[in-house]
Amino acid sequence: MKPAAFEYVAARSLEHALAALAEGGEDAKPIAGGQSLVPALNMRLVRPSLLVDVNRAGLHHVVHANGTVRIGATVRQAALEHDPQTRTRLPLVAQALPHVGHVVTRNRGTVGGSIAHADGGAELPLCLVALGGTIVVDGPSGRREIAAKDFFVTHYLTTLQPGELVVETLWPAAQPGERYAFEELSLRAGDYAQSMVAVSGTTVAVGAVTDRPTVLEEVGALLEGEEPSDALAREAGALAARLVDPPGTIHATPAYLEHLTGVLVERALKRAWTSS
Amino acid sequence: MDVELTVNGRRVRERMEPRLLLSDFLRHSLGLTGTHVGCEHGVCGACTVRLDGAAVRSCLMLAVQADGMSIETVEGLAGSGPLTPLQDTFRRHHALQCGFCTPGILMAVLGFAEDYDNPTREQVLDLLSGHLCRCTGYAPIVDAVMDFISRSPAGRTA
Repeated sequence: MKPAAFEYVAARSLEHALAALAEGGEDAKPIAGGQSLVPALNMRLVRPSLLVDVNRAGLHHVVHANGTVRIGATVRQAALEHDPQTRTRLPLVAQALPHVGHVVTRNRGTVGGSIAHADGGAELPLCLVALGGTIVVDGPSGRREIAAKDFFVTHYLTTLQPGELVVETLWPAAQPGERYAFEELSLRAGDYAQSMVAVSGTTVAVGAVTDRPTVLEEVGALLEGEEPSDALAREAGALAARLVDPPGTIHATPAYLEHLTGVLVERALKRAWTSS
Repeated sequence: MDVELTVNGRRVRERMEPRLLLSDFLRHSLGLTGTHVGCEHGVCGACTVRLDGAAVRSCLMLAVQADGMSIETVEGLAGSGPLTPLQDTFRRHHALQCGFCTPGILMAVLGFAEDYDNPTREQVLDLLSGHLCRCTGYAPIVDAVMDFISRSPAGRTA
């Protein structure tokens, strides 16, 4: 359980990081918090030739402006969790963060790292998709913005191009009167979720039972313009259960995961509607 | 590469391979074997140390990443002197048996006590979910942590 040998560069700026990644070619990898990458290194599931450490590349800003929260790639998950503005400006994220790993891994894990890693069972990518956020990347062909819905392809695969680095993520701030809720079920606290649901207004998105964060458009259409009620929440849950098609896991059958997703959607909607 | 950091208040300068984990650097290079290694992939919590005050998994960090930073391990608590209030609280509550998980829990609790204002019992349970203990059944650990965090900051250090 020791990483294979690699070269290491501690980038002092974004430009330094991009130059090092370009020089390192396709076997170079950025490292931020390392809470997913280092286990993979330890188990030798990945063997990069070069690690470019971006922790000191100046990507740790949190800026509130024009209805958007711009979060630098290396902002720690714990920093966001303890920022009082997260509760008011990003209530969905505030609800999801306690589910991300453990208290201690959140001290090191970064927001941008979680997005770039693109684990289909990760909470922050689901929140970013549910909120209609954006990923800002920089690289050999310059800076570009990618809508979250176009970023995640499947487990651990994104539309990032070789040499590109996530530099920040843009999170639409809470709208007055809009309701948010996050729900997940994991077998033990801190474990990967069996299923997870994010509600933002009439947008319902699911993760863990899909290979990437997925907005259930039909559920949104069902909710649009309707008066909230327990019956509507139940109907939305039942529809969600029919829409997802998860493979079974060692813990649960597909039928169980479909049912669970329906329950979580119903629960999330009820909680969103009764929250103030 | 050459790395300079502070460990338990002492300046340390070492040449190391980039792939050396912080946990192995502490144990093998510095002989600080109080930091235990269980799973080496961030699940068991035994290797938790404090990095510039924040509790982190030392098996999920490269030692070179700690360049210029300050590390505190369990050896930095009491040393050869009397137990610190946190350690004494664990002793009084019988919050350890074999002791393998204890150093990681102590370092995590110290960071947690600073980061969370008036944490609930549920939040303490959530913290401890990141630390595997196979002896105690957790109940005395939870009691010890609740006892410790219920004190004023002065009572935690005195």
